[in-house]
Amino acid sequence: MRTLTWKSLSLLVVASALQAQTVAITGGKVYTVSGAPIDNGTVLIRNGRIAEVGANVAVPADAQRIDATGKIVTPGLINSATELGLVDISAERPTRDMSARGTNAIAAAFTVWEGFNPASVYLAPARNEGITTVVIAPTGGLVSGQAAVLDLVDGSMSDMLIKAPVGIIAHIDDQQSANANSRGELLVKLRELLEDARVYARRKSEFERAQTRDFVAGRLDLEAMIPVVEGRLPLIVAADRESDIEAALRLMREYNLKLIIAGGAEGWLVADRLAAAKVPVLTGAMTNIPQSFSALGSYQENAAMMRRAGVDVILIGDAGTGDAETFNVRNLKQEAGNAVAYGMGWDDALRAVTLAPARMLGIADRYGSLEVGKVADVVVWSGDPFEFSSRAEHVLVRGREIGTPSRQDMLEQRYRTLPPDYRKP
Amino acid sequence: MRTHKLSAAVAVMVAWSCAPQAQSAPAPQASPAASAQTSTARQDTPTAKSSPGAGATSVPNADPFPSTYRAFPSRTTVIRNATVMTAAGPTLRGASVLLRDGKIAAVGTDITAPSDAVVVDGTGKYVTPGIIDTHSHLGVYSAPGSSGNSDGNEATNPVTAYVWAEHSVWPQDPQFPRNLAGGVTTLQVLPGSANLIGGRSVVLHVVPSRTVQGMKFPGAKYGLKMACGENPKRVYANRGPSTRMGNVAGYRTAWINAEAYRRKWDKWNADHQGDPPSRDLNNETLAEVLRGNIYVHNHCYRADEMAQMMDIAKEFGYSIRSFHHGVEAYKIADLLARDSISASVWADWGGFKMEAIDGVKANAAIVDHAGARAIIHSDDPSGSQRLNQEAAKAMYAGRDVGITITDDQAIKWITINPAWALGLQDRIGSLETGKNADVILWSGNPFSVYSRTEKVWVDGALMFDRTDRAQRWKTDFELGFVPELRLPGGSR
Repeated sequence: MRTLTWKSLSLLVVASALQAQTVAITGGKVYTVSGAPIDNGTVLIRNGRIAEVGANVAVPADAQRIDATGKIVTPGLINSATELGLVDISAERPTRDMSARGTNAIAAAFTVWEGFNPASVYLAPARNEGITTVVIAPTGGLVSGQAAVLDLVDGSMSDMLIKAPVGIIAHIDDQQSANANSRGELLVKLRELLEDARVYARRKSEFERAQTRDFVAGRLDLEAMIPVVEGRLPLIVAADRESDIEAALRLMREYNLKLIIAGGAEGWLVADRLAAAKVPVLTGAMTNIPQSFSALGSYQENAAMMRRAGVDVILIGDAGTGDAETFNVRNLKQEAGNAVAYGMGWDDALRAVTLAPARMLGIADRYGSLEVGKVADVVVWSGDPFEFSSRAEHVLVRGREIGTPSRQDMLEQRYRTLPPDYRKP
Repeated sequence: MRTHKLSAAVAVMVAWSCAPQAQSAPAPQASPAASAQTSTARQDTPTAKSSPGAGATSVPNADPFPSTYRAFPSRTTVIRNATVMTAAGPTLRGASVLLRDGKIAAVGTDITAPSDAVVVDGTGKYVTPGIIDTHSHLGVYSAPGSSGNSDGNEATNPVTAYVWAEHSVWPQDPQFPRNLAGGVTTLQVLPGSANLIGGRSVVLHVVPSRTVQGMKFPGAKYGLKMACGENPKRVYANRGPSTRMGNVAGYRTAWINAEAYRRKWDKWNADHQGDPPSRDLNNETLAEVLRGNIYVHNHCYRADEMAQMMDIAKEFGYSIRSFHHGVEAYKIADLLARDSISASVWADWGGFKMEAIDGVKANAAIVDHAGARAIIHSDDPSGSQRLNQEAAKAMYAGRDVGITITDDQAIKWITINPAWALGLQDRIGSLETGKNADVILWSGNPFSVYSRTEKVWVDGALMFDRTDRAQRWKTDFELGFVPELRLPGGSR
């Protein structure tokens, strides 16, 4: 862990590194997300960016053509809550890089992306099913650390990174993990951190001369919290219970935080307040079990109800164990389909996995919709992207199709015919 | 369990069943487990009384906790003009299904409904048999996750064939009504996978009841839960087994003891000479497996381990009814077909531990293609509610690798094939005349992400109706604890 990270890494898209390349996706029904769908539309991509979108786009002679006739074209899907590249085999300690020990359950300085593994075997399955962009988020403790967003291109972590940090994660629904005995104590700890960060920001030089009182967190953690207390960087608060969400809203008002709620199982009970406070919520649409005493009011209708109340809903996977999810970052589309089945408009669901997360992450100038000038993360689907019957036939990340078979594809090929012939090349 | 990335709190609550959770594995204990057995044995020894009570002798196929399930009141019902996936033949379009006296009375395109029948319009809708989940922990790992109701793993001894899952089942687990709403009408509740031999399973109807006996599927055979691989050796690392070879020695030792026990009791049951041998709950269950009265359901991920378990079964003369999880079943699908062992698998779980890294989505399809019985199971209270969606993913994954799995095949993965794994294939699992009327009406093709169950019948009784929220089954727990959903604009 070093110090350059959290401030300086925020604009890292390396479009210039791509060689000149023109791709034309023609004939498909193009869901731009930002505007009305275009029948028989063309998406023209040049140098990794969207050059033109529309029904009457002239295709240059040298363009590589992708025929999308009868197919659906959307922006690449953004999964905003993953541990992709942070956890490969969760039972095996050496492959787990998603949490920090921290001090006093606080690890605000933890830059989780520095441990990201671009060679993870779970990148390809996600990408091949239409996920082009992921948020990788730390977990555990009271303040888990900093999340980042990256594109699933081939390359190093720095090549992939879009923006880091995109937020700092805090858990206010888990006393044990926060090293507190009660919710109230947990909130005191969080307040103390926020206040110390404010003081630290004003009195850094005194701190360096050891002329300040003791702070609850170390220098790097306090440093990391400055953009949060200045309202520039979101605090992403995991909270499910109605009262926990309300506590987060109180903190937001008290400290002028830029708040995002993650989980939000009982968000439907507070939907009006979330909407009025313009607080985005990351949630799924496949949980209806009162699985913990913090999430007794879990319903699959939650996402749709919050959306209807005007909340910015960002759909994330919550359909399996954390373990299963690294494997199944790809299942975001199933989540979106279920959101629709339980009342969300189809357009809203698509938006909730594209433009809505891009806005929340502060990257909507480059991501989330098919608009001229944006990064060409584009998927051509054989049909409705949320349907099981549909396949992501072409997945372009920054204008390029990678298409590397996943390890799972290789296993299926090997055992497709039994017994396998191990001697075959 | 189920929670999103950013909220770890919930996930940790339910330390769970067969799933991974290395960090939350129960600490191995130097346990007083043996004493549990001795005290039971003492009770079994006839003393002053002239003849032992009924419970004091080991009777094969004894049923000390008999089912008290009775079908709920039903009305003759006809579902008309639907697309009917029977799981017994090709899909019928514009067909009707007649439910009478708790049974399927007729299925076809030329059915005349009795005048008193309730008519359900199936136009544009689909009908399938009730879904059957071979791998559930409902009631033994109830929601909300709590230490008070964590009753799925008797992780005090590597061999606990003496425990019965039904003695842990909490009928007020709010997951039951949610499973029913997902179309699950029958499920097998298993002990967890901490142990080499975890205990007896129980097959339940998914219906409201004050007692577990009131849910028990009458006449269903018991299952025996066994577990391969990482879980037992992790849980018992300090006292053993701590390796896979230790696991195998543990199974074999248990079967050797069981075989001796079976011989002793079979002899006494035949001649009643002298005092009956003393009863031992552990060996009693295992002896019933050897007699063929209890099915083996074996949690096992890796292909090579499944092949070894098949050899152990041969060594001791029992058969394995289903491998559960079977993440690598596709690698030995031909062997499964040869030995008539079904594979209960997930559509797309894997990666969470070493023995799960080779999970592939085409698993079920490859198994089916090789002629073995493929089953999509859940091991998960949320996945269980959407087994149709899981089957869909697995079916299309098969098609992606060039294995044509039809909708008619895939529907079997969640109906008649699991019925077979539970030995209930003659009573449930397909829409055929004379079978129990466990039926689902779907809003559309069950393999579409947008389709939902509209109505679910169990033994001909309408037990779930999406349009009638007021009448829905709500467990005792939910009263007051679970906030009532208030949907804008009425009752949906």
